[in-house]
Amino acid sequence: MTSPEIIETIIARYQGDETRLMDILIDLQDELGHLSSETVVQIAAALKIPQVNVEQTVSFYHFFAREPRGVYTVYLNNSVVAYFRGAAEVAAAFEEAAQCRFGEVSADGVVGLFQTACIGMSDQEPSALINGHVFPRLTPQRARELVEGMRAGWTILELKGTGFGDGNNAHPLVRALVRNHIRVPGLTVFGEYHPGEAIAKVTQMSSGEVIATIKAASVRGRGGAGFPTGMKWEFARRATGEMKYIFCNADEGEPGTFKDRVILTERPQMVFEGMVIAAYAVGARQGILYVRNEYRYLHDYLESVLEDMRRRNLLGASIGGVPGFHFDVSIQFGAGAYVCGEESALIESAEGKRGEPRDRPPFPVEKGYLQQPTVVNNVETLCSVVQVMLKGTDWYNRMGTEQSKGTKVLSISGDCDRPGIYEVEWGFSVRDMLAMAGARDVQAVQVGGPSGACIAPGEFDRVLAYEDLATGGSLIIIGRHRDLLRDVVLNFTRFFREESCGACVPCRALTGMAQRILERIIDGKGRAEDVEHLKSWLGIMRYNRCGLGQTALHPITSTIKNFPHLYEERLDQSDPRFAPTFDLAAALEDYAAATGAGTE
Amino acid sequence: MSAGTPTGKKIVATTSLAGCFGCHMSFLDIDERLLDLIELVEFNKSPLDDIKTFTKDCDIGLIEGGCCNDENVHVLMEFRRRCKTLVALGECAIMGGLPAMRNTISLQECLDEAYRLGPTVADSNPGRIIPCDPDIPRILNRVYPCHEVVQIDYFLPGCPPNADLIWDALTSLLAGKELALEYRTFKYD
Ligand SMILES: Cc1cc2nc3c(=O)[nH]c(=O)nc-3n(C[C@H](O)[C@H](O)[C@H](O)COP(=O)(O)O)c2cc1C
Ligand code: SF4
Repeated sequence: MTSPEIIETIIARYQGDETRLMDILIDLQDELGHLSSETVVQIAAALKIPQVNVEQTVSFYHFFAREPRGVYTVYLNNSVVAYFRGAAEVAAAFEEAAQCRFGEVSADGVVGLFQTACIGMSDQEPSALINGHVFPRLTPQRARELVEGMRAGWTILELKGTGFGDGNNAHPLVRALVRNHIRVPGLTVFGEYHPGEAIAKVTQMSSGEVIATIKAASVRGRGGAGFPTGMKWEFARRATGEMKYIFCNADEGEPGTFKDRVILTERPQMVFEGMVIAAYAVGARQGILYVRNEYRYLHDYLESVLEDMRRRNLLGASIGGVPGFHFDVSIQFGAGAYVCGEESALIESAEGKRGEPRDRPPFPVEKGYLQQPTVVNNVETLCSVVQVMLKGTDWYNRMGTEQSKGTKVLSISGDCDRPGIYEVEWGFSVRDMLAMAGARDVQAVQVGGPSGACIAPGEFDRVLAYEDLATGGSLIIIGRHRDLLRDVVLNFTRFFREESCGACVPCRALTGMAQRILERIIDGKGRAEDVEHLKSWLGIMRYNRCGLGQTALHPITSTIKNFPHLYEERLDQSDPRFAPTFDLAAALEDYAAATGAGTE
Repeated sequence: MSAGTPTGKKIVATTSLAGCFGCHMSFLDIDERLLDLIELVEFNKSPLDDIKTFTKDCDIGLIEGGCCNDENVHVLMEFRRRCKTLVALGECAIMGGLPAMRNTISLQECLDEAYRLGPTVADSNPGRIIPCDPDIPRILNRVYPCHEVVQIDYFLPGCPPNADLIWDALTSLLAGKELALEYRTFKYD
């Protein structure tokens, strides 16, 4: 097929529906390797929409390529934990073997090397995506072998070899090298569960009773904000709209978090069952599971689970034999953008647009997907709902603390012996978790990812709970031997700068300025007033539209607060009248190169 | 640092670096108040009196323009050494201004356009020579705002700052009073 024919076929696959632009672009990129300017023009013409609408979606997402990125495209994770585990050495080995630098494609067009933000494998770093498949636990030796395999034209499966991971990672439709590392299975998500039982029970109740149960159990959102789930459903139930939608948020972009990946691998039925219950409570007919592109290797498997549930009447028409209760779920993949985890950006993205957060109000429960009432819940929240409906409010409320009921699935990574998944009751202290994970000589713990807080040993007795250390579920353990500012804070700050969608000026501009100032402090050229500036910006960052901008300086401000000496000891003490960063000789180098003049 | 004259007058120096002299022209627009000013201050190094090198330490240095070449840098550093208080006067001194528009283009490309490839080059520079001589300043890789080179104490916005603003700022500084910068004084659209 010629490329115009391919474009036509794929657009027809989605009935020429412009809200399916993400799917169209993902499929087209699979077929064509990249999305050229001609392709963009042809898509716009075929969908009868302005070219700029296609352009802005293509340009927004990290994984959409305007230029060819190699027959094999390697995206090596550049997260903090990846570097802890040797990503720099692996990157060097890739470059040497491929004979090109990161950001480039090898001269023969075979290997493209690119970086990407955390891909949800922090318990098995360094890891990379190669043509959409995960290659975890890389070593320089393995990187060289992989490039050799690519040059020899191996298939992805041949590159993977054997040694698929545990559990469903070895499922014939998955065949991933990924491991689950479920160190402590808890009672909720990883507790006893038989698909369909909760639906059978719920459909005997009224929708009001279901919401009342969720409220009585005090289920709160596990996506980070901790919003009461029953209340959210109630709002959506009361809202008026022709259609109502249930979204499951599996974008999981917060560096250091990987629990939703394991839940989707081992408990997908539970997640979908939770969506069905939400649909029953709210009166929704359509559900969308929004999954980050990094987890696309789960696509066929998740589709097969949905198919199986349809066969068992747990999805589709008259679910559980209840006349008129129709609900089905489709899967929407992202294309590499952390901000798409924010619920309104997620909805925009699912509508085929740039993942730019919306102004709120109206909130999604009023006007969400296609301007209709929409519930967005995290993967783990939906699992909790299923168990609450099955085992009851009392059972659930016996676990946890006063304001935080039930269990929490934690993603633990970094400097420890046993990184992985820990499902524990709310209320464990950081110290308990460190002991469980086998961490020694800890300098700091990043709680809740970069947008959370970086705490010092003096605070390790604080507990994980909404009333103390609220967390979406990640703990990154940072050993004594790390350079906290260079290895961690700078990496996080760069992450936010790169992931800002750019709509708000403080978020767009100050993330870049903060990075520059931090770099100069790290280089010993910062001044006390630089630190003061950084602190003072927190105020204006609160006015950003979404949580990304509101928390983007947290890595810096929380370390200024908890590790002030790390800043003070690096500050420049030279004559304050002259800027320590200005280097005349360096500033004259370009002129010297152009003319042969000296630089002294 | 000793500054001030025996009569108690404060000493002022001014310079135009990578600027267009617009800020100095605006300064002259204080008109007859110049007569009041010289009752209050003595000028040292400045285009106003054509004193080329500092002859004494000064109280106030007014800097127009950012740094586009090494001479600008040396002059600015000299001002920093000799003046108690430095004021960045106008957009170019504060942010680089118009000259900084070249900052997104490589220096090589700028020089090529100016001396080798540009449409007007043929007659004026038949040898296509990029000037380079110990007697002419060397051009920096980009244009730097003053505060990236030395510490600047005050920033007076405007392109140029208008005469009343310069007058108010200078007299406040001389009197040791804080100047309330009203929004209208630097709102130009
Ligand atoms: C920048 C940003 C990224 C987010 N990423 C996620 C995510 O990956 N997964 C998630 O469930 N919630 C994420 N959230 C929170 C969602 O906006 C939303 O609160 C959540 O999905 C609601 O579900 P819950 O009530 O079940 O927690 C993110 C928020 C922001 C501001
Ligand atoms: S805060 Fe940042 S990421 Fe969020 S909407 Fe504004 S610019 Fe975009």
